[in-house]
Amino acid sequence: MRNIWIITKREYARYFTSPAAYLVAFLYLLVLGIIFYANVAASAMNAFMRPYAPGVDIIINPITTLLVFITPALTMHLLAAEQRNGTLELLLTAPIRDWELIIGKWLGSFLFVTTLTLITLVYPITLNFLVKPGIDWGPVISGYLGLILMGAAFTALGTAISAMFNNQIAAFVASLAFFLLLWIIGFPAHGLGGSEIWQYLDFSNHFYDTLAVGIIDTRDIIYYLSVTAFGIFAGSIIVETRRWR
Amino acid sequence: MIDVQNLTKTYGPRLAIDNLTFHANKGEILGFLGPNGAGKTTTMRILTGYMPPTSGTARIAGYDVVDDSLEVRKRVGYLPETVPLYPDMTVLDYLIFMGKLRRTPNVVDRAWEVLERVGMAERAGSFIGSLSKGMRQRVGLAQAIIHKPEVLILDEPTIGLDPTQVVEVRELVKEIGKEHTVILSTHILAEAQQLCDRVLIINQGKIVAEDTPQALQLRLQGGRRIIVEVRGDKIDALEKRLSGLPGVRGVGALSQGRLEILVEENEELRPLIARTVLENGYDLLEMRLAEMSLEDIFLQLVGEESEAGQEQGKPPAEGEAQSNTPADEEASEEG
Repeated sequence: MRNIWIITKREYARYFTSPAAYLVAFLYLLVLGIIFYANVAASAMNAFMRPYAPGVDIIINPITTLLVFITPALTMHLLAAEQRNGTLELLLTAPIRDWELIIGKWLGSFLFVTTLTLITLVYPITLNFLVKPGIDWGPVISGYLGLILMGAAFTALGTAISAMFNNQIAAFVASLAFFLLLWIIGFPAHGLGGSEIWQYLDFSNHFYDTLAVGIIDTRDIIYYLSVTAFGIFAGSIIVETRRWR
Repeated sequence: MIDVQNLTKTYGPRLAIDNLTFHANKGEILGFLGPNGAGKTTTMRILTGYMPPTSGTARIAGYDVVDDSLEVRKRVGYLPETVPLYPDMTVLDYLIFMGKLRRTPNVVDRAWEVLERVGMAERAGSFIGSLSKGMRQRVGLAQAIIHKPEVLILDEPTIGLDPTQVVEVRELVKEIGKEHTVILSTHILAEAQQLCDRVLIINQGKIVAEDTPQALQLRLQGGRRIIVEVRGDKIDALEKRLSGLPGVRGVGALSQGRLEILVEENEELRPLIARTVLENGYDLLEMRLAEMSLEDIFLQLVGEESEAGQEQGKPPAEGEAQSNTPADEEASEEG
């Protein structure tokens, strides 16, 4: 446990000394702010014709989309940069186990993504003051739980993919491609009918109709946790096999 | 302290190290000497628990590098060839991070202690990215000794440093070697001669010689070399004539007009050689006695080795034998 925590602390702190991480965080919050403003403004203008107060979905749905794009940027360096730098050799000859290293790395990036997600809570709070009689907090709680779980799953997969590459950009592109695939994988199955596996793997099936609207279902929680576990497991195996090369 | 038995490592079809057996005692500085690609780094990586061997065993302080990898890693300090540093960290933060990973007690005090030791205390707050190469090397050494390891493994610790820095790092290694068992690899022979209690000469994954630098020098001084520089036409005719002299074991051309003559140990052949040169109508420009340096011994051993390999019909391992210089071929001819 101690080893994991040492790696995690270092990894989390690194985001706050890295200009790239600040840039990603800045763009993320900026884009989200613009979307939020546009949605609120649109609702206000339409208020005469269709008096309908915007719900928290105007915040949570864009965050999901943004997570798909920013997580690869925040996990790409985790092991690829260590490899490039030669510092992986140092970590792999330190008295820690490979899975401790991977969990430490993952936890560091997961905590940072969670920090960003929690910062976005300012938008639901703002919205609460804008609409009357305030917003429904149920979907906010379940939605943010979903976002945190999704962040855990994405960062775990990103960590594993980063372990495969020496090059951060390659890790970024591969992670992004993988996340996009997970996003739409259930879609072709709709047309064909059948293939419940693809439907199950599609993360949008575990979010938009359940957690995002206030339904907390164990099946969805298990989905995200198992993807997280898979990512950590795969990452450990990849690092292990690196030793043999 | 270090006990290696029949260690072998293959990368796919390529044999990187072949049946290495050696040991190192406590407080000894053991040098690995060999051309690039000889298997020095591979051996070190196995000893540090970075990669498992294909076969054979290696024990450090009684712990097996595969079965008790974590115990081994606690006892080993390692400086890889490319110094592993985080440019975005300060020197002190980096040492504290590494110290914590290796479970150093009182890590902050210890970090300052090693910084004093490597002469970097005044740069403790600097970012590693802003340091010069020599300073980085010293920080690398500092991280390797922060947890007071019983065994210190240094992969080419002086490579790429300027001459003053080389001297500094060597001094440091020597001092550290008083308390720790040190394995260091180098392809600079003078360095091995200066620092090591014992030298292993490795070529193509095999140990070709193992002894103290002094003994190696003695053991291989089987003959004396005389260098002559002559002027005249058809030097090769003279070469033939000289090699026909009694007591001459071989003649090789070093460059245009410069010949290297290997003679029996206890015969004074210089007058005879001088006469032969003059009587055949050549001018004698220079004649001197050359002593065998560790460099020559090394080239000779490595040369013999690759020749022996070819005789047995074994192709030399990829990209390894080819790194030898033309001087190496000369050495093989002599042998």
